Amino acid sequence: MHKPTISALRNSTLTLAFAVFALSASALPAAAAGGGDVAPWVYQIMVFVMAIFVGYYVVWSVTPALHTPLMSVTNAVSSVIVVGALLAVGIESIANGGLAAKIFGFLALTMASVNIFGGFLVTSRMLAMYKKKEPKR
Amino acid sequence: MSEPMIPTDLVAILYLISGVLFILALRGLSHPETSRRGNLYGMIGMAIAIVTTLTQLKGGDQLLTWVLIALGLGIGGVIGGKIARDIPMTSMPELVAAFHSLVGLAAVFVAAAAVYAPDAFGILQVAGDPNSGIKAASLVEMSLGVAIGAITFTGSVIAFSKLSGRMSGAPIILPLRHVINAGLFAALVVLIYMFVVSGGDDKLFWAITVISLLFGVLIIVPIGGADMPVVVSMLNSYSGWAAAGIGFTLGNIALIITGALVGSSGAILSYIMCRGMNRSFISVILGGFGGEVAGPAGGGGEQRPVKLGSAEDAAYIMKNAQKVIIVPGYGMAVAQAQHALRELADALKEAGVEVKYAIHPVAGRMPGHMNVLLAEANVPYDEVFELEDINSEFQQADVAYVIGANDVTNPAAEDDPSSPIYGMPVLQVWKAGTVMFNKRSLASGYAGIDNPLFYRDNTMMLLGDAKKMTEEIVKAID
Repeated sequence: MHKPTISALRNSTLTLAFAVFALSASALPAAAAGGGDVAPWVYQIMVFVMAIFVGYYVVWSVTPALHTPLMSVTNAVSSVIVVGALLAVGIESIANGGLAAKIFGFLALTMASVNIFGGFLVTSRMLAMYKKKEPKR
Repeated sequence: MSEPMIPTDLVAILYLISGVLFILALRGLSHPETSRRGNLYGMIGMAIAIVTTLTQLKGGDQLLTWVLIALGLGIGGVIGGKIARDIPMTSMPELVAAFHSLVGLAAVFVAAAAVYAPDAFGILQVAGDPNSGIKAASLVEMSLGVAIGAITFTGSVIAFSKLSGRMSGAPIILPLRHVINAGLFAALVVLIYMFVVSGGDDKLFWAITVISLLFGVLIIVPIGGADMPVVVSMLNSYSGWAAAGIGFTLGNIALIITGALVGSSGAILSYIMCRGMNRSFISVILGGFGGEVAGPAGGGGEQRPVKLGSAEDAAYIMKNAQKVIIVPGYGMAVAQAQHALRELADALKEAGVEVKYAIHPVAGRMPGHMNVLLAEANVPYDEVFELEDINSEFQQADVAYVIGANDVTNPAAEDDPSSPIYGMPVLQVWKAGTVMFNKRSLASGYAGIDNPLFYRDNTMMLLGDAKKMTEEIVKAID
């Protein structure tokens, strides 16, 4: 039913290649690209586009039986938006709009936390239910 | 101001690692055996992202910051944990919709925080000078993030209300809705342009938010209950794109990677669902198809003779069969019949009958809905098959037991070009020796289409509640 060796190899190679690419895009600034001034957002777009392709191949390899856990786990990981919420909560000064930012950050943090804990836990609860047939006696 | 504990380059690499762990989390779902490890990768990735961010807080030396963070994580964690523990598996579609709405709203709030304190996010034209305005690129990214986030929020709230029965599943068709939607869209484009030109005016920001919230409602209300698998997948996709938009604003690699992953994941699921119904994405979005779970009894077609059977008849035939294929549908979820079904399968296996399950891609209210319910009832996943893997087996089966499914077994999809579902891939249950069709009444399915299967010679109708009927069959077998 599954061809674990080939597809696993292809996928891990893909992930690795992507990681190397994203690393060069995120950690090495514009100077690396022949001295020209390439804006950071161009590198971000590159990572974004590559990640869409990685996502495309990875998601097609998900077995249809696990499509519901796929939705709940994508839900949980998209709550990584919590990093933005944390930055807002951790603002230094409450002057000049800082207070508003702190409040919005706190609201976003609470919502994202519901999603992080709820999303990962409900996914693991679901995945624990998928069992194989017991071997015939 | 406290100095960051770790250098910026290392921070970027840590975010990248957490992004890669998220990829591995999704990758694990290619098989149930590897899925649990995948979920663990996801949790580790999230922990890395959170801890990394905590080392970067500019107000990291203030008590208030840490109190707020502990409170937010604590309140959210307790609520999320409690929901995850207590939610019944039949409610998964509405839970997922509710979670999507939270991601959408969180994206709106993070963007709002960035509008009010742009310097803290490093998006000012001139760092430290609030009068210089926010960078145009950041404003574009932010507006896209907030618009998609707000649409995701209200869209998911409507989807949640429809799925949980707080709102009728029937499509709500407003007059001139295409004109209204086009108008809202145009307004949105103009507002975003003005917002970018203004350098980040907060009133324009809220105007974008309000228009997008309204847009989200109007997009989802015309879509009927049975198209919900597409809607839930689509909102999943939107929540990803919203996260990516915010990721660009923050220049955060983890968020950009995740947004792209989730966005493409939801888009692929929407595509798979549309293919399962042989409908185009556009026609689903335009809506108006499908209403409540079932219309009134005797709602379609002329009266033709059907063969009614009792639980005893069904038990007798099933017990003497070699092979039985069970076809569950949304009705099984509504009646919570999955455990009774598992008992039936056990009783049949005890009698030496081979039992398999056949799942149509759009059975239920979200992708994979039936699989989760069967897994909950301890049905081994290697007895459960997808449409293309099992369709050829119906001709060797003695019995096909259709429980709570209807349109996905309708032969008209294959042989009646005038049928609205013509061309939709269906489970060929009619090729089995006997089709046992459990239904509450003889009403047509969601599409309001008569099912010619009911009137076939080899079909036996078992009218009644899915759970009660299945339990009675089990009793009659013993």
